[in-house]
Amino acid sequence: MTTTAAPGVSATRGHVIIPSKVRRLTEPSIVRFVLTGMALAFLMLFLAVPLTAVFVEALSRGLAAYVAAMAEPFTIAALRLTLITTAIAVPANLVFGLCAAWVIGKFQFRGRHVLTTLIDLPFAVSPVIAGLVFVLLFGRQGFFGPWLAEHGVRIIFAVPGIVLATVFVSLPFIAREVIPVMEASGAQEEEAARVLGAGGLQTFFRVTLPNIKWGVLYGVILCSARAIGEFGAVSVVSGHIRGLTNTLPLHVEILYNEYQFQAAFAVASILTCLALVTLVAKTIAERRLHT
Amino acid sequence: MSIEVRNLTKTFGSFTALRDVSFTVTSGELVALLGPSGSGKTTLLRTIAGLEAPDAGSVLFDGDDATERSPKDRRVGFVFQHYALFRHMTVFENVAFGLRVRPRAERPSDGEIRRKVDELLALVQLEYLGDRYPAQLSGGQRQRVALARALAVEPRALLLDEPFGALDAKVRQELRRWLRRLHGQIHLTSVFVTHDQEEALELANRVVVMNDGTIEQDGTPEEVVEHPATPFVMNFVGNVNMFHGRVQAGKALLGPLALQYPAHESAEARSASGYTRPHEIEITRSEDGSGLWATVSDVRRTGAIVKMELSDERGGLIQVELGRDQFDRLHPSTGERVYLKPKRVRVFMHE
Repeated sequence: MTTTAAPGVSATRGHVIIPSKVRRLTEPSIVRFVLTGMALAFLMLFLAVPLTAVFVEALSRGLAAYVAAMAEPFTIAALRLTLITTAIAVPANLVFGLCAAWVIGKFQFRGRHVLTTLIDLPFAVSPVIAGLVFVLLFGRQGFFGPWLAEHGVRIIFAVPGIVLATVFVSLPFIAREVIPVMEASGAQEEEAARVLGAGGLQTFFRVTLPNIKWGVLYGVILCSARAIGEFGAVSVVSGHIRGLTNTLPLHVEILYNEYQFQAAFAVASILTCLALVTLVAKTIAERRLHT
Repeated sequence: MSIEVRNLTKTFGSFTALRDVSFTVTSGELVALLGPSGSGKTTLLRTIAGLEAPDAGSVLFDGDDATERSPKDRRVGFVFQHYALFRHMTVFENVAFGLRVRPRAERPSDGEIRRKVDELLALVQLEYLGDRYPAQLSGGQRQRVALARALAVEPRALLLDEPFGALDAKVRQELRRWLRRLHGQIHLTSVFVTHDQEEALELANRVVVMNDGTIEQDGTPEEVVEHPATPFVMNFVGNVNMFHGRVQAGKALLGPLALQYPAHESAEARSASGYTRPHEIEITRSEDGSGLWATVSDVRRTGAIVKMELSDERGGLIQVELGRDQFDRLHPSTGERVYLKPKRVRVFMHE
């Protein structure tokens, strides 16, 4: 131990001497206190307070009013539409994400970077623009509009449009999460499986999938969260027909615009609960992913 | 099973890994593919296993063309350099994998699988580790699991890619001995890739030395050591001292060395190099006519042999290895001038 005792700490008293070098590794306590305090205050202001406000406002007229708002037929229809949309968008993106990640993670080919960049496109494009693209393609004045009208197929201002928009905005999540895991696990275990006599599907289900499952689950959770909560793109293609093309986030907006604050917050509380569940699941999956 | 490789060529982009390679492994042999990294030895092994498709040439198993056969139908065991064990499966399940993925009609019952896997784990001396996961094993244990897994499918040949590359020296020695015993027991046709000449010479019945996508020499360990076919083999299989010069009229004149060289009687001079191994040089204190002298610059004792570095009259490095007794009898000190007498020099004319 060095003799350069910190000022004020006397070696003769038999204390353990902290060498000055070690002491300098941590910041002074005042700095630590201020930084931690700032971070906590920020979190309170922007996360805890709004979250609490949602529930306080939702229950402001008592439990009966809360339940009534939930049981309202349009709310239930909106919830059902959100769940249906999610139930289509997530599996679609799961299949796409796995295929894309497999191709990008395991093979080197021309256009690999282009594909990786394309997957990120929905992140870069504003959701409203994404919605408008679908209107331009499938709307009455759109590219496929006349053909669709002729055959009596409605996409814009109907459920298929909402599903399409949701699939688009939530597309990158699963692929993005699985590609690095796939790359990290390499191709050797698959090669070993093939030499041992396993076919393509056996190799995928017995070797590839177990290695990437936590990455996949993490991607599915993030993708679901986005699919449930998407507002912008869906708003453009939805047409806001109550009971038919209203998802939960759109329903919240409508209620709010009609000054039904308590009902709006009650519906918002459903979304908040879904978000909290997602968050817990995400934390668990993330922990497993990194061990 | 015998393996025959005919005129294999394989390129990766602009890199040529194999150039028209042909060789045969007869049934029951233990063959080493020896060469530096990038010499094409691993590509050759992977092509035999069906993990790479050759650009040209064919692979024959027992005389049947297997070039187009998928790896799953070749029934060869492959041990990967980094083992490639299935991380999410226990040791037992790793070994059982090849049996479990068989088509239903050929798949053994659970009881049979258990019996077979236990038998293999006993063979590799890991019977008490069946419930562990690969991450919980040491390098040597993983290597043996990889071997048991490859043997479980009763392969007709065993291919090993740098099987001991990632292990420390002691474990490597042990596993080498163990693999040789195993081969003695089951006589399975085996090919292994290595860059370690000692490993190749110690383990294999036959050594195929590769360089730059071609075979430099194919022979027994003794042939490769005693009669290297090319300067590359001479250099790669052990340390060498090199003397540059020329051959002319039945004589080789290599710097201070003058030797008989009956292979080139012509009066026309050709440039050539002579090679001698560090243990093939004798050291004396008295001049004996060879005319080669050097000063001792460094002495290192490494167990039974003493490695000396000397510098010749032009300052070039000469390596000499002496037995400990021999060294102690002479005991040259650093800076002393000694005379060198090469007992054996191999001369290669330049192309």
